[in-house]
Amino acid sequence: MKTAWMKAALGVAAVLLSGITAGSTLMLNGAGSTLAYPLYSKWFADYGRSHPGIQVNYASVGSGAGIRQLLARTVDFGASDAPMSDEGLARAGFPILHFPTALGAVVPFYNLPGVQAELRFTPEALAGIYLGKITWWDDPVIARANPGVRLPHQPIVVVHRSDGSGTTYCWTDYLSKVSPEWRQRIGRGTSVNWPVGLGAKGSEGVTGLVRQTPYAIGYVELLYALQNRLGYGSVQNAAGQFIRATLTAVTAAAAAVPVPADFRVSITQPGPRARTAYPISTYTWILVPRHIEDAQRRQAIVDLLRWCLTEGQKEAAALDYAPLPRAVAAAELKQLELLR
Amino acid sequence: MQIVTATQTGKPAVRSGLSAHALADATLYGLTAAAGVLTIGLVVAIAVTLWRDSAGLHRTLSQVWQFLRGTEWDPVAEHFGALPFLYGSLLTSALALVLAAPAGVGAAIFLAEVVPGRLSQLLTTLTELLAAVPSVIYGLIGLLVLVPWMRQTAQPALSRWLGFLPLFAGPPYGVGFLTAGILLAVMILPFQISASRDALMAVPRTLREAALALGATPWETIARVVLPEARPGILAGTLLALGRALGETMAVTMVIGNAPTLSLSLFSPGYTIPAAIANEFTEATGPLHLQALEALGLVLLVMALITHLLGQWLPRRLRRVAR
Amino acid sequence: MSSSRLAVHGRRLFSGAMLALTGLCAFTAVTLLMGILGYLLVHGIAALNWAFLTRLPVPVGETGGGIANAVVGSARLVVLAVGLAAPPALLAAVYLSEWRDTRLASVLRAATSMLNSVPSIVVGLFVYGTIVVRQRHFSTFAGGVALAILLLPMTLQAAAAALEALPGSLREAAFALGASRLQTLSGILLPAAGPALLSAVLVAAARIAGETAPLLFTAFNNSYWSPGWNQPTASLPVTIYTYAISPYDDWHRQAWAAAAILLLAVVATSLITRGLLHARWRSHERP
Repeated sequence: MKTAWMKAALGVAAVLLSGITAGSTLMLNGAGSTLAYPLYSKWFADYGRSHPGIQVNYASVGSGAGIRQLLARTVDFGASDAPMSDEGLARAGFPILHFPTALGAVVPFYNLPGVQAELRFTPEALAGIYLGKITWWDDPVIARANPGVRLPHQPIVVVHRSDGSGTTYCWTDYLSKVSPEWRQRIGRGTSVNWPVGLGAKGSEGVTGLVRQTPYAIGYVELLYALQNRLGYGSVQNAAGQFIRATLTAVTAAAAAVPVPADFRVSITQPGPRARTAYPISTYTWILVPRHIEDAQRRQAIVDLLRWCLTEGQKEAAALDYAPLPRAVAAAELKQLELLR
Repeated sequence: MQIVTATQTGKPAVRSGLSAHALADATLYGLTAAAGVLTIGLVVAIAVTLWRDSAGLHRTLSQVWQFLRGTEWDPVAEHFGALPFLYGSLLTSALALVLAAPAGVGAAIFLAEVVPGRLSQLLTTLTELLAAVPSVIYGLIGLLVLVPWMRQTAQPALSRWLGFLPLFAGPPYGVGFLTAGILLAVMILPFQISASRDALMAVPRTLREAALALGATPWETIARVVLPEARPGILAGTLLALGRALGETMAVTMVIGNAPTLSLSLFSPGYTIPAAIANEFTEATGPLHLQALEALGLVLLVMALITHLLGQWLPRRLRRVAR
Repeated sequence: MSSSRLAVHGRRLFSGAMLALTGLCAFTAVTLLMGILGYLLVHGIAALNWAFLTRLPVPVGETGGGIANAVVGSARLVVLAVGLAAPPALLAAVYLSEWRDTRLASVLRAATSMLNSVPSIVVGLFVYGTIVVRQRHFSTFAGGVALAILLLPMTLQAAAAALEALPGSLREAAFALGASRLQTLSGILLPAAGPALLSAVLVAAARIAGETAPLLFTAFNNSYWSPGWNQPTASLPVTIYTYAISPYDDWHRQAWAAAAILLLAVVATSLITRGLLHARWRSHERP
């Protein structure tokens, strides 16, 4: 019995001592957007490989959580597809800088057995589905925009996010702009009071649920739909054109909306003059506190951001995220100097 | 005389001429009592922290009432009502109990009364291993195995035969109250079996033998003599199972659909208190949102404590009445 | 046959039928367990290989990642929790068995069973509010504290039961020979209850190894190794959860494999403790 205790004690000591060797790598912690997670996970892995001594650990927990953890200063940077509001910034208690890193598209994607064609959605259709007023796939509002497509007579299973999400912000921002009823009843936010639907955690959860559930519809960043080979529809923009989410369409949306100095902007439903713009596009931001005390960490973050705004932009397109407009990236490099 | 005193009083006895012993015993007393105080302190600290961090929602009694009966959970408008979560928690737990309690007691009867000793021990060990399976693994199986089966097989069948009942109305999502209730039932089954089996085996053999001698069949012996005697223990097991069901987080959030609805239909997606906290806590930024979640935690804590206290008090009451 | 003989027959048939029904219940319970274990093993073993256990996760969309950091993370969390909670739990259990009639003892008993009923997610809330927010980061330490709070009452109750089950004659003989409480405890009682105390700790450790909810707000997650105790860490339960709800088939396979590992560890611990308890029973309880 005694030797057994000794062995156990040695084992315990070994595991406990493993904690002492903290190592010389600096670990930066970020959290937030699931929309940008596929991009960031590739970016940060590449960055770690080319910059030994730095590891960037990113947790894909939703924009809401990213902002909250940044406010609590439990992470070094937050990632969000929803810009912080004026009230949010005022409540933060310390200045926060927004750095857009890429452009993404939120697409309505669905699981419709037997329907091969790519569906076209009008704003009325999307708002009606998510308000719970359109409940069957073969509803005339949907059918009108899709002549020649045999829509099944099945109830629509609506899927949305259960956690605080920048993707939700972009989606509800768009719906608020195209549907007065939505704007009044629900509004825009990272977490809203959904009238109908199933909730799933993260973009991953929404994609997983729609993938598993026939006749379901959800909203998610383009890459998730592509990676999982799920059909996604084109959306009618303000110019009346049905636009499929592509890099050029997203770039056109970004080009149509001027970016203010603090980089907080919404580019959903750009005006009718942007004829080729995809109406549910969004920037995705990395949020950092303006004042970072630890000099080593601060430099590491500045280097990381600079890499994302220069080298990283070249990889974005390969993952179906649109790179930043050059002027925006240049302005951001200037903003980097504000970090002290 | 001093030896007897040492074991009977609560204080460390001072032994004449052996002050080293006294010091050692006093130290022992101090250390162990301190550990005890730490434990007590933890319970108090948890309750106090939840109370303090949800202050904005219980300034007045009417505010508390509004919170408990509110049906809208709206982070944008900062308007929070806990009713859908309370409803979901209670509905899924009740469903789980309805499924697990009879099956559990039945299995316990089989293990305690019908099967011989060695085999009974083996089978009991196996059922108790069910209790060792972590919640997230139940969730994994629930999500990837149970949900598709419910959506493709069970729910359509129920719809076809019993769809006229409001209980089984609506399309088969796969996720929802019913799936969560079934999964919870499997999770709490071993607790019911274990406690019931212990209660049954504690019933003295003489009672059984007397009944059999009077001509009762084995089942009549069990139903009319053994079960009533074991009822307090079985009830304690049921309440323990209920407490576990109420606090279950991961397995439930993976199969319930995460939508705060107040629907009569078991096919409907729903939400429970722990699932809501798990999904929203790390991101609640509005000043009231965070406090609302802590308030939900406080409600959950109160429900768990009430269930626990009932589990202690009710069986004792039953035993006294039986005497 | 007379009518009373018929009635007896009927009652006997009914009795047999009811007992068969109870057998069905037991059969269901055992089949459920076998089904869960079997399904897990079949799906999990297929994805298990040495590379899987020793590699780190890879970026989303790529295949070939592993769960090495989650396995190590879970091990460190459990060891930390045991290190933090087992000593106070055992000490408090000693108090309960040595000074069982004091007021502190009855308050402690009540508090322990209340602490045992606190849902694990509430413990996560508590540790987030007291440690994570104050320290300004998620950490293995915070995760360990959360698991320790869950471990403490479980170990306390089981250990106190083990000590109280020891025959009073042991204590009385020791006191009669002039031993102090400390000597009695260390020389006689603790060795006698040794296996039972160890199994109390092991059973509780196996239970908390599978806890997910409290780790969501404390240890958080990490795609790399977690150096020291002050960084977030990956863990098996959180990894299983994250991968299970994702849409990627590769992640689903990894979730099954991780679940198989976790389950095997938990089941093995349960069986070991059962063996320990039986050994003790056989060697001490012979009259």
